[in-house]
Amino acid sequence: MDSMQLFTRQTKAISTARRSLLIIESIPGIQFSEIVDVELGTGEVRSGQVIEVGKGTTVVQVFGGVSEVDLLNSKVRYKGETLKLPVSPDILGRIFDGSGKPIDGGPPIISQKYQDINGVPANPASRMPPAEFIETGISAIDGLNVLVRGQKLPIFSGSGLPHNKIAAQIIRQASLKGKSDDFAIVFGAIGVSYDDAAYFISNLEETGALSRAVGFINTASSPVIERLSTPRLALTAAEYLAWEMDMHVLVILTDITNYADALRELAAMRGEIPSRRGYPGYMYTDLASLYERAGRISGREGSVTILPILTMPDDDITHPIPDLTGYITEGQIVLSRPLDRKRIYPPIDVFLSLSRMMKEGIGEGKTREDHNNVFMQSYAMYAEGNYLREITTVIGSEALTERDKVYLEAADRFEREFIAQDENSRRTVEETLGVAWDIFSMLPEEDLKLINEKYIKNYLPEPSENE
Amino acid sequence: MGKIWRISGPVIIAEDMRGSQVYEVVEIGEERLNGEIIGLEQDKAVIQVYEDTVGLTVGEKVIGTGEILMAELGPGLVGNIYDGVQRSLVTMKDEVGDFLHRGVRTYALDREKKWRFIPVVKAGAKVEGGDIIGTVQETGLIEHRIMVPPGMSGVIDSIEEGDYTVEETVAMLGSNGKTIPLALMQRWPARKPRPYRRRFDPVDLLVTGTRIIDYLFPLALGGKAAIPGGFGTGKTVNLQQMARWSQTQLNIYVGCGERGNEMADVLHSFKELKDPGSGRYLQEKEIFIANTSNMPVVAREISIFIGITMAEYYRDMGYDILLVADSTSRWAEAMREIGARLEETPGEEGFPTYLGSRLSAFYERSGKVECLGSPDRVGSATVIGAVSPPGADFSEPVTQNTLRIVDALYSLDVALANRRHFPTINWLQSYSQYADSVDTWWEKVSPDYTEVRNQALITLQKEAELEEIVRLVGPEALPENDKLLLLIARMIREDFLMQSAYHPVDTYSDPKRSHLMLSTIIKFNDFARGLAETGMMVSEISASRIKQRISRMKDVPNDEIDQYIDSIRQDMAGGAVSLEEGGV
Ligand SMILES: Nc1ncnc2c1ncn2[C@@H]1O[C@H](COP(=O)(O)OP(=O)(O)OP(=O)(O)O)[C@@H](O)[C@H]1O
Ligand SMILES: [Mg+2]
Repeated sequence: MDSMQLFTRQTKAISTARRSLLIIESIPGIQFSEIVDVELGTGEVRSGQVIEVGKGTTVVQVFGGVSEVDLLNSKVRYKGETLKLPVSPDILGRIFDGSGKPIDGGPPIISQKYQDINGVPANPASRMPPAEFIETGISAIDGLNVLVRGQKLPIFSGSGLPHNKIAAQIIRQASLKGKSDDFAIVFGAIGVSYDDAAYFISNLEETGALSRAVGFINTASSPVIERLSTPRLALTAAEYLAWEMDMHVLVILTDITNYADALRELAAMRGEIPSRRGYPGYMYTDLASLYERAGRISGREGSVTILPILTMPDDDITHPIPDLTGYITEGQIVLSRPLDRKRIYPPIDVFLSLSRMMKEGIGEGKTREDHNNVFMQSYAMYAEGNYLREITTVIGSEALTERDKVYLEAADRFEREFIAQDENSRRTVEETLGVAWDIFSMLPEEDLKLINEKYIKNYLPEPSENE
Repeated sequence: MGKIWRISGPVIIAEDMRGSQVYEVVEIGEERLNGEIIGLEQDKAVIQVYEDTVGLTVGEKVIGTGEILMAELGPGLVGNIYDGVQRSLVTMKDEVGDFLHRGVRTYALDREKKWRFIPVVKAGAKVEGGDIIGTVQETGLIEHRIMVPPGMSGVIDSIEEGDYTVEETVAMLGSNGKTIPLALMQRWPARKPRPYRRRFDPVDLLVTGTRIIDYLFPLALGGKAAIPGGFGTGKTVNLQQMARWSQTQLNIYVGCGERGNEMADVLHSFKELKDPGSGRYLQEKEIFIANTSNMPVVAREISIFIGITMAEYYRDMGYDILLVADSTSRWAEAMREIGARLEETPGEEGFPTYLGSRLSAFYERSGKVECLGSPDRVGSATVIGAVSPPGADFSEPVTQNTLRIVDALYSLDVALANRRHFPTINWLQSYSQYADSVDTWWEKVSPDYTEVRNQALITLQKEAELEEIVRLVGPEALPENDKLLLLIARMIREDFLMQSAYHPVDTYSDPKRSHLMLSTIIKFNDFARGLAETGMMVSEISASRIKQRISRMKDVPNDEIDQYIDSIRQDMAGGAVSLEEGGV
């Protein structure tokens, strides 16, 4: 690398400046995908990325656009490297911006070790299937949509729904059942409002979690290109903590919708042919390059668990952002506007939500022997109650049998008692299962078909006297 | 030797490449990244690179290997895990650690390992392409048949039993005055179908153990099927189930652009689960290709062809092979990405115009064939591809092009997934053109198969029609005979079609068991009709003991199921009497 210093590392030969692109004369040694500095005649310096290198000419995308770039006095300088993050245990407790610079007033990170923010894919043969239950203290998650270490489980939200509150609650409460070791938290804020970013940081401060957290904050007013680097910086930090420091890391990325919109914006400026709704055709692969960094590696202690948050435009789950995310993640937690209107917090839609790794994480020795049965029976009970609710809106409640009325009541109780809980309540998984059993006790016992008789004997509360 | 002239994502153009050929494999730059020439113009070659191109610069060297992309075929494939270009991920793990760095090369087949070769022909035998000259016990389940490579013929000069590596000479073949060494391993261009003598119509059931498939929409050995569905509808679980339980000799699981955790799960579970027939670990009859979504995009395209080449190779030994590909949409998207870099005129939704022909180049390599060479033998390769339509909208190009090619469709339904009805194969939209040809096979299991199947399909169809009415007037307002129909339809759905992949017994249902279950429900229909005629209400029939015993069929272990069903049937034959005694 050092010998490269001898070569010309900059050019003034800019032949075209259009949209966000510059076409320059190729500088020998300039690498595909590297980050360059574009110095304007005014002395202002912007970053850019090499998106195509040819023998004669190179195409550079300028972040921040080409306004004020003139073809005579502007220069392009290259450094011969892609974006890297210095890593060391000192990153814990620190807050950085979307280019990796500290913004908390603290000193820069001094490290021998710089890690490429794009990461390196794990060998599938080295991965271990995630299986350790994470207790979030939230019944709708711990009971029905279990999160396990190494999983990627997004929250699909809508504008105005309390996804930040839920994420903050998870950050405060998440722990491995029966163990006291806490998670390290890596927080990536992508294009969010200043208030949202501040909310998370003060949350971390108040609970004392900041000392084991790292933040990367790109607010709505910071450069768009850094929306793309912010989650990569966050994941690079997470991988370092997990694979080299043996820590269990929980990564919160919010809001992926801003990320995808930045991706679309930059692709459009390059004049690429768009795919669905203007998003680039490679968005699946691009999102996967983030989400797939979750996991466990056999023989290593740590883990990377990712909880991305996205707001669905128009609450539309078939929109490309939730759709492609759902195709990559291992399930999704979907928030429901109707539940929110009923003032149910957390307003988790049990039917649309799913954790694909649930079966690995529950059962005897992990949560409790009856967990899977309780899950299936709760689900069936709530589904039946909901169905009856729907048809009564058409045919009226006169047509209902006594049994039907019990199910309607059960569905209501399920929402009010099981799904709903206080923002500060942290239920153990036993408590969560207990709430479900309480509601089961109002059903005819022969209806508990999905539950092993042994568990009914052990866990079904005796009907109380006045019932 | 050429030099890099332009770099654009995974596509590069090299100059000074005169004398190269299309599909030739090249090595690029200091790290010798792997690539494949996909177009030539004068001295320039367009190359797709199988590894990340970040950091390459103009002027770096590009060296042609003179060979087109070959799959390595020989003992050691079974149980192995490959990336998209057939590098062994197991070897890479041992040699370079847990992360996939660029430019690593490994062989597909272990060069050191010795295999016991037992000849089945003697020196002096006249042989030709496809003839089996000996065998190697590759795993406890697979006898690897060593064949003369297609296109060769001559007289065996020498052949000897012994322990050989895949490259060592096991026999010498005299051919036109030359002697050609034959080894355990051969190579074959991945994009080219392997030859066979002739094709047969697929008429034998491929037993998958999934009831709705085997019974309602059966797949035939050598057939081709697609399984489209939105995210979370069960494509992967279904394919994994088939790769686990299908009564074939060997299965190939191609994970193309999907999840790493999922691959980890498959790999681990196949080490633990046992084949129902032989009781041996499933890993002994499985080859894995894992090209996850964060691995280089270009390798997705070739991974599918590497997989099907391996399938054909084992087919040529006279085996029945199942290949499942999850997901062909990621494969098509990889083509779209390359196409965009080449500035080709795109077709629908940006996919290349050759999407359809590339899809059929894959699916058409399925089939049941009479293999080349002696002894005479028949083999088959069955192909099932998952399709991941954006927004679960089946009108998109990959689904539509696939439907034009395949003969069976398993259409997965988001609404069923939200109801947790698994598998979510929609019984009104799915079809199989093999249903008519495999009925002879089924009728050997039970002569009334066709009748039971038809009854079930008709009942489900009528249920769908009635549902419209129920939504308007509620179920209570229906006449009793319609209520009975709804009850039977519900039993077919819940007690037969629903099948949990995670239930120890229910996960695999053999054809006889499936038939017992469905025909019992159909018999219950006749029985209940009789009761209804005597004035009994459908709500009472529905609460009856017999009905509840039918609902529990799924849990009954295989060695007790005959007796269990028998007693239900006897009680039904006993009729209304036992009902009054509280026995129903
Ligand atoms: N046969 C089955 N039995 C029980 N559960 C099932 C079955 N099929 C699917 N599921 C459930 O549905 C979930 C999603 O299934 P799967 O991962 O196969 O979906 P997919 O169609 O492959 O989704 P994607 O396109 O996102 O990969 C599983 O994690 C499991 O919980
Ligand atoms: Mg899948």
